[in-house]
Amino acid sequence: MTQQTIALEVFRYRPEQEHEPTFQTYEVPLRKDWVVLDALNYIKDEIDGTLTFRWSCRMGVCGSCGMMINGTPVLTCAAFLETYQPGPVRIEPLANFPVVRDLVILMSDFMEKLGRVKPWIMTDKEKPVAEGEYLQTPTQLADFKQYSMCINCMLCYSACPVYGLEPDFIGPAAIALAQRYNLDSRDEGNAERMEVLSQDDGIWQCTLVGECSAVCPKAVDPAGAIQRYKVASTNDWWRSKLMPWGK
Amino acid sequence: MKVSSEPLWWAFFGAGGALSALCLPALLFLLALAMPLGWIEAPGYEAARDLVHHPLARLFLFALISLSLLHWSHRFRYTLYDGLQLKHLESLIVVFCYGGAIIGSAFTAFVLWQL
Amino acid sequence: MSRPGPKQHPMSHATRYRKYHPKLYRTRMPIFWWVRRWTHVRFITRELTSVFVAFYAIELLFLLWTLTLGQEAYDDFLAWLQTPLALALNTIAFLMILYHSITWFNLAPKALVVRVGEVRIPPVAIAGLNYAGWVVLSAALAWFILSA
Repeated sequence: MTQQTIALEVFRYRPEQEHEPTFQTYEVPLRKDWVVLDALNYIKDEIDGTLTFRWSCRMGVCGSCGMMINGTPVLTCAAFLETYQPGPVRIEPLANFPVVRDLVILMSDFMEKLGRVKPWIMTDKEKPVAEGEYLQTPTQLADFKQYSMCINCMLCYSACPVYGLEPDFIGPAAIALAQRYNLDSRDEGNAERMEVLSQDDGIWQCTLVGECSAVCPKAVDPAGAIQRYKVASTNDWWRSKLMPWGK
Repeated sequence: MKVSSEPLWWAFFGAGGALSALCLPALLFLLALAMPLGWIEAPGYEAARDLVHHPLARLFLFALISLSLLHWSHRFRYTLYDGLQLKHLESLIVVFCYGGAIIGSAFTAFVLWQL
Repeated sequence: MSRPGPKQHPMSHATRYRKYHPKLYRTRMPIFWWVRRWTHVRFITRELTSVFVAFYAIELLFLLWTLTLGQEAYDDFLAWLQTPLALALNTIAFLMILYHSITWFNLAPKALVVRVGEVRIPPVAIAGLNYAGWVVLSAALAWFILSA
């Protein structure tokens, strides 16, 4: 007999009524085409309207629905319910972030770090419109395109044990996005970003665990971005020590 | 803003990691497994001294040993921080790791100078 | 904007401003967080290979030191290398150093992204170059040692 329903063990935290979180089990239909987000919405619509969680596009481009499923950070809109048979499926808020309520986490830390790396095109002098647009060859686009795919879903922060141990660590996505601009031929902000990233709480706490790249739903490969930046930052540092007259 | 001094140690970590990865397996296999087990004949005392006497050989050995130690020091420091959550003992660990590697390198130079 | 006054009826519909006081729940990472997942165990093993790298570097240093101390010291050390303890330690060190080499070469492409003109060298080629260098250097070292 094929399985008709599956159990979801959902992390509940209601600060107005409890100090410690609890787990609540719901039985949901096991539909072939359902993702875990569908199951959560079923719970909210049919079983328990008090369950709180974030979601938006339900197609893996907005980065809102990240949660831990059986201990791994995933986008719940991209995780098919069938793959977790026979269950139970353990659903918890994204690791390494403070929990506001139920499955909702506070992302202020990430937002602050994202702003710190100045993720926009920086030029010494802005090119006047009359001069036309910035031109870029396909090869120049390929240099940074991978890092522009980041949807800020923060799964990499949840997967990174270093971020869990050292909350000051600037984190994988912030560095990948800094690289997206550093490697963009139109950008001239490398030096400014290097000041931020070469701090102790910049790239240097990373020990290449590699989990960030393993969980990234967009194949951004932040681990690669960080290693490349370590090489670049090291070259820059040695050059400034051995040849201080330059720049 | 204080720029980190990590690039110094990371450069040694990288160089040491590469050199040890490329050279140590073969050396260990020959000197510590094949020879003791009798698969190949170990060089005699004089032959061994002749082998390492060449300045380039000694330079290579100095680079290999000191960079391997510096590789260990940087990596082990972070393993203690992350694996055993000993970041609060940072000063002690830094002195133990980098200090140990530097002392080891100095002794290596001392030994090789005499060969 | 109205404020709650002492005489305001609790059922009144006047807007009240309540400050947001989140009671955030934070988890602490256990010290042995890395035993819970296989990828983390592999990561810590990879990091601990550095201990065996240092171990053999020191053993090599010791061998060289005996060369400065005389024939007897050198022979004694070679004899020690034949003991079961030494063979066991060195076998473990060999396996760990092999793991270091393999993981190092496989991760090299992450740090070294090279573009030659318009073409980006594929990651597998970077790793391949490392492995090739490994073979060449090992062969060279073997030749030097065996020719003694």
